[in-house]
Amino acid sequence: MEGQADRDGDLRFQPTAGSAVSAFQHLEQAPEDPILGVTVAYNKDPSPVKLNLGVGAYRTEEGKPLVLDVVRQAEELLIQDRSRYKEYIPIAGLVEFNKLSAKLILGDGSPAIGEKRVATAQCLSGTGSLRVGAEFLSKHYSQHIIYIPVPTWGNHPKIFNLGGLSVKTYRYYDPRTSGLDYEGMLEDLHAAPPGAIVLLHACAHNPTGVDPTQDQWEGIRQLIRLKGLLPFFDSAYQGFASGSLDADAYSVRLFVGDGGECLIAQSFAKNMGLYGERVGALSIVCRSATVATRVESQLKLVIRPMYSSPPIHGASIVATILSDRNLYYNWTVELKNMADRIISMRHQLYDALKARGTPGDWSHIIKQIGMFTFTGLNKDQVSFMTAEYHIYLTSDGRISMAGLSSKTVPHLADAIHAAVLRLG
Amino acid sequence: MAMAMAMSRSNAGRGIRLMSTSGWWKAVEPAPKDPILGVTEAFLADTDPNKVNVGVGAYRDDQGKPVVLQSVREAERRILGKENMEYLPMGGSVKMVEESIKLAYGENADVLKDKRVAAVQALSGTGACRLFAEFQKRFRPESQIYIPVPTWANHHNIWRDANVPQRTFHYYHPETRGLDFASLMDDVKNAPNGSFFLLHACAHNPTGVDPTEEQWKEISYQFKVKNHYPFFDMAYQGFASGDTDRDAKAIRIFLEDGHQIACAQSFAKNMGLYGQRVGCLSVICDDAKQAVAVKSQLQQIARPMYSNPPVHGALLVYSILSDPDLKALWHKEVKVMADRIIGMREALRGNLENLGSPLSWNHVTDQIGMFCYSGMTPEQVDRLTSEFHIYLTRNGRISMAGVTTGNVEYLANAIHEVTKSSEKELKAGAV
Repeated sequence: MEGQADRDGDLRFQPTAGSAVSAFQHLEQAPEDPILGVTVAYNKDPSPVKLNLGVGAYRTEEGKPLVLDVVRQAEELLIQDRSRYKEYIPIAGLVEFNKLSAKLILGDGSPAIGEKRVATAQCLSGTGSLRVGAEFLSKHYSQHIIYIPVPTWGNHPKIFNLGGLSVKTYRYYDPRTSGLDYEGMLEDLHAAPPGAIVLLHACAHNPTGVDPTQDQWEGIRQLIRLKGLLPFFDSAYQGFASGSLDADAYSVRLFVGDGGECLIAQSFAKNMGLYGERVGALSIVCRSATVATRVESQLKLVIRPMYSSPPIHGASIVATILSDRNLYYNWTVELKNMADRIISMRHQLYDALKARGTPGDWSHIIKQIGMFTFTGLNKDQVSFMTAEYHIYLTSDGRISMAGLSSKTVPHLADAIHAAVLRLG
Repeated sequence: MAMAMAMSRSNAGRGIRLMSTSGWWKAVEPAPKDPILGVTEAFLADTDPNKVNVGVGAYRDDQGKPVVLQSVREAERRILGKENMEYLPMGGSVKMVEESIKLAYGENADVLKDKRVAAVQALSGTGACRLFAEFQKRFRPESQIYIPVPTWANHHNIWRDANVPQRTFHYYHPETRGLDFASLMDDVKNAPNGSFFLLHACAHNPTGVDPTEEQWKEISYQFKVKNHYPFFDMAYQGFASGDTDRDAKAIRIFLEDGHQIACAQSFAKNMGLYGQRVGCLSVICDDAKQAVAVKSQLQQIARPMYSNPPVHGALLVYSILSDPDLKALWHKEVKVMADRIIGMREALRGNLENLGSPLSWNHVTDQIGMFCYSGMTPEQVDRLTSEFHIYLTRNGRISMAGVTTGNVEYLANAIHEVTKSSEKELKAGAV
């Protein structure tokens, strides 16, 4: 790559890297993100009956995004407080937010909190919390393998790979039952090397909506502790799944209750409707307070070269709501309303398919929990539904129940019915 | 079935403890305190009434108070209750990014007209640098980054965590407290062709020493000869001279010379949006098609890091830059900040000279931007802190934004006290 410049000549019209070629000439266009790409395609479609069941953002019965009342109230309070400045917040985020987030997932009287064994850092929603956790583990933990369920959120493998971990899988979803392959899961975890990290969806598994029962969680916990595996919880739907914050934290609290260590990535994207504000927290539950302090100091060294410190706005809103009894109570009511509407959509869709006599067992629609239903439809059926009915969903057959309304359920049921008959 | 049944039948189930009682993190060492942010922590813990914080680079008014710009408050008022908080695209707010690159490259820049700029919203300057470092690693894996000496400490961390090997180039000249231009040019010439260089667009951090326009032109010329890749970190546009176009002069020179640069922009200081983490990374490409491809690849790096960037700060920046009145107000406010700092430089230098300091303090007014590289040794800095409760980083960097008419005399006295009898200093200062 010798310089082409003639020293007496005019270099003005020769770009860097000589021979008129960019330093990044060779790079190709990246494929669309499979999940976010669905919305891109939906936006392009001019059909008046189009339906977006792709990305998991809550929609009202009218199909509109929802900003919670408590969030608007918190914003008002914040803007009126002129003593608040927009300075850098600490590298690990707002202290108050961190305390309240840990309390929310671990429970008020959690001994782990009482004993100061929890290191918490505010991060950029669930993604950011997972990434910071992964980088921390790759720098400080002896095992660099993480086991993820099949299937899982599409972004998980990339987050862990780029965070420095290698990814293996464990069986999770059983297509034959549209439920949990409990036996397969235990077998695969049993075969994992000691100390391996295990990604667990705390509740409302994405994309399947299939969660272990309480008994099954106990079995999973015993095995993980027996094998000395390290659990890493992804908690993106606390309160959003069942409508109860405590019930949706059951699995995490079960593990923390045995005195053991774990990582927890929390997101406030769905349960507070703060999607674009990127609010989340990474908590690492340690064996002792001294270890927790050291862990927190090392988390900062991961965060500082990534973005220095997290954004203030969303975390301030969350802290305002969680620390005010009235706002907190009102939030739980709004949360339950969202969860109830989704559960209602499940029942309506199930009933609509039964009414049409659509072949197959569709009971998984009401057994699964959370934002998503894993319909069991295949790629071709999905393409058919998009082309003929203008229904947008990810090619794995995952639909976001939050994108449905009473008015649009019949259209979806018609599409599924047609797809199953045509390509079943 | 067997395993599942065994697990559920176990009576001792809840009693199963960990395999190891000592936990997994025993080997984790306590991390060293961040040298910059640790200073503020220490300052806050100090109860002395005369304490002065000239550590971290966040603007303060003449009462020593943080400032929220009027233009920002107005933007906040306008968007209150209107944000729907939906996810932004992975590349962030398109509208904000468009305004941001107009600000950096000039509204009528050819690269903008030709749509040759791949740009994404980033998490302030740090996030923009990190995206670029990861991008550089992915697509130019054989490359290294040349970093000036000294530089913002976090630059080293960023490229290290992106696994890009680092080299350094001469920049600061301790003897003159100015630019070591000759050595800088030597390093540029001696680096292998096609090397990647990190350049501070204006108000170099931590020294405040910037090349002159003529020097930038020579650097640009030599970069062409060597086919070097210029990456600009621009964290202080507007904040240095008070004029956003003037502060972007280096970038405009490189553009005129046909370089394809990349630029990290931060709105932390010039809009006072520190905690919002708003910035932009832009990469100039061959043509519009390549710009689309590069942007798509930058998004691929953002997705597994934070999925998409925060919306609130982006809305504030867009509101301000897209409204002519708000933008004009903002320009005025930036000039006020820059002018106050320039005034404090003059005051500090004047005070030191009036105290009869034997040393030369020209650099206090020659340097530009938030920081003054005082030339004090770590030991002198320690004395400033322990004896006078003045907080700054041990490299002698003074954040001029923390200097006020109320504390400049006290500061000058203290600096005079700890430097007046330093032999080494006397030798160095006697030019």
